[in-house]
Amino acid sequence: MTHGTVLIQGASLLGERTADVLVVDGVVAEIGTPDAPAGARVVDADGLVLLPGLVDLHTHLREPGREDAETVLTGSRAAAVGGYTAVLAMANTSPVTDTAEAAERVHDLGRAAGLVDVQPVGAVTKGLAGEELAELGLMARSRAGVRVFSDDGRCVADARVMRRALEYVKAFGGVVSQHAQEPTLAGPTACCHEGELSGRLGLPGWPGVAEEVIVARDVMLARHTGSRVHVAHASTAGTVEVLRWAKSQAEKDGTWAVTAEVTPHHLLLTTDLLTGYDPTYKVNPPLRPAEDVEALREALADGTIDAVATDHAPHARHDKEHAFVDAAFGMLGLETALGVVATTMVETGRMGWADVARVMSTRPAQIAGLTGHGRPLAVGEPANLTLVDPATAVVVDRDASVSLSRNNPWHGRSLTARVRATLLRGAPTVLDGALVTSADDTEGTPA
Amino acid sequence: MRKHLLSADDLTADDVHTLFATAAEMHDVQRREVKKLPALRGRTVINLFFEDSTRTRSSFEIAGKWLSADTINITGKGSSASKGESLRDTVLTIGSMGVDALVMRHGASGSAQQVSQWVDAVVINAGDGTHEHPTQALLDAYTLMRRFGTGGRLGSLEGRHVVIVGDLTHSRVFRSNVVTLTRLGARVTVVAPPTLMPSGVDAWSREAGFATSYDLDEVLPSADAVMMLRVQRERMSGGFFPTSREYTVGYGLTRARLGVLGPDVPICHPGPMNRGLEIAADAADAAQSAVLEQVSAGVAVRMSVLYHLLAGEGVA
Repeated sequence: MTHGTVLIQGASLLGERTADVLVVDGVVAEIGTPDAPAGARVVDADGLVLLPGLVDLHTHLREPGREDAETVLTGSRAAAVGGYTAVLAMANTSPVTDTAEAAERVHDLGRAAGLVDVQPVGAVTKGLAGEELAELGLMARSRAGVRVFSDDGRCVADARVMRRALEYVKAFGGVVSQHAQEPTLAGPTACCHEGELSGRLGLPGWPGVAEEVIVARDVMLARHTGSRVHVAHASTAGTVEVLRWAKSQAEKDGTWAVTAEVTPHHLLLTTDLLTGYDPTYKVNPPLRPAEDVEALREALADGTIDAVATDHAPHARHDKEHAFVDAAFGMLGLETALGVVATTMVETGRMGWADVARVMSTRPAQIAGLTGHGRPLAVGEPANLTLVDPATAVVVDRDASVSLSRNNPWHGRSLTARVRATLLRGAPTVLDGALVTSADDTEGTPA
Repeated sequence: MRKHLLSADDLTADDVHTLFATAAEMHDVQRREVKKLPALRGRTVINLFFEDSTRTRSSFEIAGKWLSADTINITGKGSSASKGESLRDTVLTIGSMGVDALVMRHGASGSAQQVSQWVDAVVINAGDGTHEHPTQALLDAYTLMRRFGTGGRLGSLEGRHVVIVGDLTHSRVFRSNVVTLTRLGARVTVVAPPTLMPSGVDAWSREAGFATSYDLDEVLPSADAVMMLRVQRERMSGGFFPTSREYTVGYGLTRARLGVLGPDVPICHPGPMNRGLEIAADAADAAQSAVLEQVSAGVAVRMSVLYHLLAGEGVA
């Protein structure tokens, strides 16, 4: 994609002040009232909010292995349409991303697609088996420069293995992102929040405590090892309590750190949706009751939870057409995440757009060690940018998705705010809310 | 009456009484030398059993045959997922053969409800995982009402105290029974050790209007009927209770507890029984035991269900 000159006119920067932003050669060249240089693409951003490009800490792109559900290219499209300029691709592909070669392959597929920076997550253990460490150091030294490690989909349940992983990644500033699910309390069939509804529906319960005991253990291990742990898809009020305590301790000590993410679906969807046994709503960790949703929103607003991460989990249609307990876990999220955050956090007055930039761009980029993303809207910074129409409600249509999959729990729901444009290092990947195909993106096309 | 029978909750008290009136007529047929009725001639009922079952499957099969329906059994162990075919494909295939009713048993909770959204046929839930088994609840209630009636007429469950004891967590029989029995006016108490109580049972019981207890001996003296549920021995490995001996002492219908019950208090068990574990032989074989009546009622009730769901409107 070419790095032309783009003038974004009349955008509200973080929803705080209105200015024109001139992008030249992939970098923010001027903010204020610059004249449009000859041949510049002018983007009318009147009424739109400008954010740093979104960064997703938690995406499943399914390539290699399940290219019928998603590929790096189609997942990158979904990411761009959702306003993302960088995504972290989880390691539970087939084969697993547990070597430098596997990580470089995903990284290179992402660069070839060219729509977002695809940053591979490395497995913590070989084959996600939870037993022996994967080649963490070689993945870190590889062209992919892996810094985030996760066995996501499975918990690193063995305390000794988790301890060693936390110690080992200190050598290269890595972080272990934990899928917190104590397997003896929530086994592989656990699929419904344990509570009255799981009792009534006769579905295997997934109690919140199975997450909380791992989070509690892991923050103690992070403290003990002086390392960094990241809690993937926090889903319960109890986890929030543990995080709040742990963060206060980590801040005091200054030698270790804990960060956490929440998914859009855990900010809005609740357990009662499982009443109809529709596998569209089957996800891991499961949808929780409204009390947990409220605690997660509060924690996101006050910074106890650092980031929103999609856990975008595409699945082929037939993998969801089983009985509920047999169906695949996971739901789409990349294209709708911003709308969900706007609906649950901005529209409710709990957050401003600057906070959205913090939880969907700045903090995720910091956690992942992505230096070119999540930057301030300032001259000289890489032009990874997202333009959002903050007020328009959109009814989600799963058939309008650019993902290969259709396991979309948001279908038919109205979400506030929509992404109008996305720029990756100055090159528009989305304009007027639609993906820019390479044919449209000829140098200097006047708007 | 709704199109499908997926949950005990699909039936109003009036529906149940309608079904029982027909069941009583069907029950009389069982005593005839020639048992076949022509009601469902030309109709096709498929018993689609993904899980082992002897009594429920044969009960539905006999019910269908006595109503002259073409009744076919399809059994397949394991989930469709393990065979690489989706459940939807499996039932669409069978549904496309021109089937009028699918009687379905599956190891996954909610599967009957899902299937009802995919096929045109009437779906009758013959047990879905640990969720529901509505025809079992119907036959249990019917059995008790016959016991509480006189001269073959059905009595009433109004105000009767029914005690259900056993592995409630994993019991679809309990889940359907608690709905049907309370809907018919019975007062239900469910008894189990805390580890075998379903999640969230406190809120559920408050809302649904049944009582819970950990103490069988406290509850038993006021029982008008007792329903013992099967306890699978493999639950011990899951840590639900320490030993079968300890379970029996706490929750079994032992000979000593049989002495506490009045001589007219019916004892029910959906089978298969673990004699010596949840029910002593003395109780299973006592004159007041209703276990075999449940089996014969099962055929009558299932005939009634098939008849009402397949023979169309206004037949009763």
